[in-house]
Amino acid sequence: MSETTSRIIKIATKKRYKNKYHWTDYFSYFYLFLGVLLMFGPVVWLGLSSLKTLAGIQEYPPTILPLSQIQVDVEGYDKPLPIFNVTQEDGSVKQLAQIKRIGINAKMVDPLNPEETVKVPIDKREKIREFKIQWENYVDPLRKYDFLLYFKNSTFITVVATIITLIINSMAAYALSIYEFRGKNFALVFVIGTLLIPLTIILVPVFYVVANFGMINSLWGVILPGAATPTGVFLLRQYMLTLPRELIEAARMDHASEWAIYWRVVLPLSIPAIAVLAIFSIMWRWNDFLWPLIVLSKSEVYTLQIGLNAFHGELTSQWNYVLSMTMVTLLPIAIIFAYLQKFITTGIASTGMK
Amino acid sequence: MENIRNQIKNFFLRILNIPFAFLMHAIDLIMWPVQKIIGVKNMPYIFLLPNLIFFGLFVIIPLGANFFFSLSSGDELLFTERELPTTKQYDQLFDCESYLNPNTCTEDFFWRGVYNTIFFVVFQVGLMIFFSVLTAVILNKKIIGRGFFRSVFFFPVLLSPVVVGLIWQWILLKNGAFNAIIESYGGDKVSFLTDPSWAMASVIFVSIWAHMGFYTLIVLAGLQAIPPNLYEAAEMDGTSRERIFFRITLPLLMPNLLVVFILASIKGVQTFDEIYVLTGGGPGTSTSLIVQYIFTTGFASSGSVQNFGLAAAASMVLGVVLLFLTLMQLYFSRNKESKHQEI
Repeated sequence: MSETTSRIIKIATKKRYKNKYHWTDYFSYFYLFLGVLLMFGPVVWLGLSSLKTLAGIQEYPPTILPLSQIQVDVEGYDKPLPIFNVTQEDGSVKQLAQIKRIGINAKMVDPLNPEETVKVPIDKREKIREFKIQWENYVDPLRKYDFLLYFKNSTFITVVATIITLIINSMAAYALSIYEFRGKNFALVFVIGTLLIPLTIILVPVFYVVANFGMINSLWGVILPGAATPTGVFLLRQYMLTLPRELIEAARMDHASEWAIYWRVVLPLSIPAIAVLAIFSIMWRWNDFLWPLIVLSKSEVYTLQIGLNAFHGELTSQWNYVLSMTMVTLLPIAIIFAYLQKFITTGIASTGMK
Repeated sequence: MENIRNQIKNFFLRILNIPFAFLMHAIDLIMWPVQKIIGVKNMPYIFLLPNLIFFGLFVIIPLGANFFFSLSSGDELLFTERELPTTKQYDQLFDCESYLNPNTCTEDFFWRGVYNTIFFVVFQVGLMIFFSVLTAVILNKKIIGRGFFRSVFFFPVLLSPVVVGLIWQWILLKNGAFNAIIESYGGDKVSFLTDPSWAMASVIFVSIWAHMGFYTLIVLAGLQAIPPNLYEAAEMDGTSRERIFFRITLPLLMPNLLVVFILASIKGVQTFDEIYVLTGGGPGTSTSLIVQYIFTTGFASSGSVQNFGLAAAASMVLGVVLLFLTLMQLYFSRNKESKHQEI
């Protein structure tokens, strides 16, 4: 190789941007940093705040960590009073409990000497905080309110609906991928057709059908209408089409029944597609809101989502419980995501659905 | 160690398999005689049957019934108790002196919903596509911690609408975290959810926050499908990055963006749950969309009678819009496929 040609190759293959930062690189990292704050921040903030006391949650401006003000019982007062460090006129600092705030002054009392009250300007006092995790936020709603029941209902719906969906969808997909039969194309078009009809445009009549079966205020009324998913049939069918036909022929030679071929040969081979559908179905069912909202109006059949919404509506001021229960609601999905993140994202990217 | 773990895993899988196998064997006891009677040829119909029964009961029959409900009047849900035929609901729905001014309509709530939906979809979809493309392009670069950033942007997609609604309602409170940040930089507090002029913007923001990850993922898949040799060639020619983006990336991404656009519009038009939790459609009617109208008239009218017919008629109107969008999607995705085949 002559010197000139090697020089030409060198010039031609030289990376223009190597080791050189373009303004878009700086912008990218800035954007990503902002993105993390904005996308993930709220959830972290929710998690931290769900461990605060109600007073700590309502504090403004808020603190980031669950720091709550220390409170003490003072003789002669029903409620525990918050303690402050108060800088006095001579410069010394004294711990006083606040009874109430009046304008720019606070009426305070010395916990050691509860007879005597003093007036202190509010800028002279400073809150005494301690790091305290309020586990009661999580325990109380489960004990006092019906959240355990809602959790059970949600789990029941999610598990049963996913099993039904997997079985009937895989059966249909099996028929539409392995066999040639009259009316196959019609059945395919039929399935595509249902893909075009979202629940929002047939709310009233589906409600009518469910009411006719007596399934209003029953968990089955939530499970059954969405059990047959066109997306599921398609996903599984596309996968089953790729299975080798020889296997099925071989099984038939061995006198396996068609049902046995379905569950002993085709289903085990379709596990990857079935797993994707299972995860989708779990997500749909766990997060479902509009349909359960319509069908379930009694609190004993509420799902976690409906219960949480109703609870928030009734007790707007109980943000500590609302936040902790929101955390409980999102946790199962977050755990699934943490384990199966790659699986979910490739599943969505390859099917274009969620 | 790995071996033991696998053995334990297999053991549990086998135990889980027992009820499944039992059920399947039990079904086989029925299926085997069925196959003997009708023959192998007719077996696919048996396999199709359960799914088609569900589709029929909960999609096809309801679709027909929707026509019926929208064309009949009365307060009863039962077919036999309703008066037929009537165009009363449609007359009521479209009874307007001027379609541009919802106040002149009998069903002003519906028309406000229509205009709010249009406004919502235009801004939500537009901004969402912009940010999805921006995010996807950045995530497609060779950056440190790419996997982490991808999952961060995707994470909100998995959250339920109730969770999204509650988190943001709480952050956007008058004494919430957002206002604390604004005040610490010297701004004034904003009533994000209770000020009519801010509520719609907040709702659009939250909805983009919740769904952007999904579209980012689709755009990202499109970006990765662009042949890398095009970039190499451009780089060798010394093309600037801006030019590469506008001349290579964007044009090749176009078919993908079209699908994203229509998909996002179809979803956007049907938005309900997050807004329902976040603002309840308020303040007033400033954030109530069409599905909110259907829900409220059909199921949640407190005090007055639930008007199933009117809700069904409004559903039909929504259905026509969605049908149009879906046909567009089918048309463009078919075009996209045939183009791929040509290449």
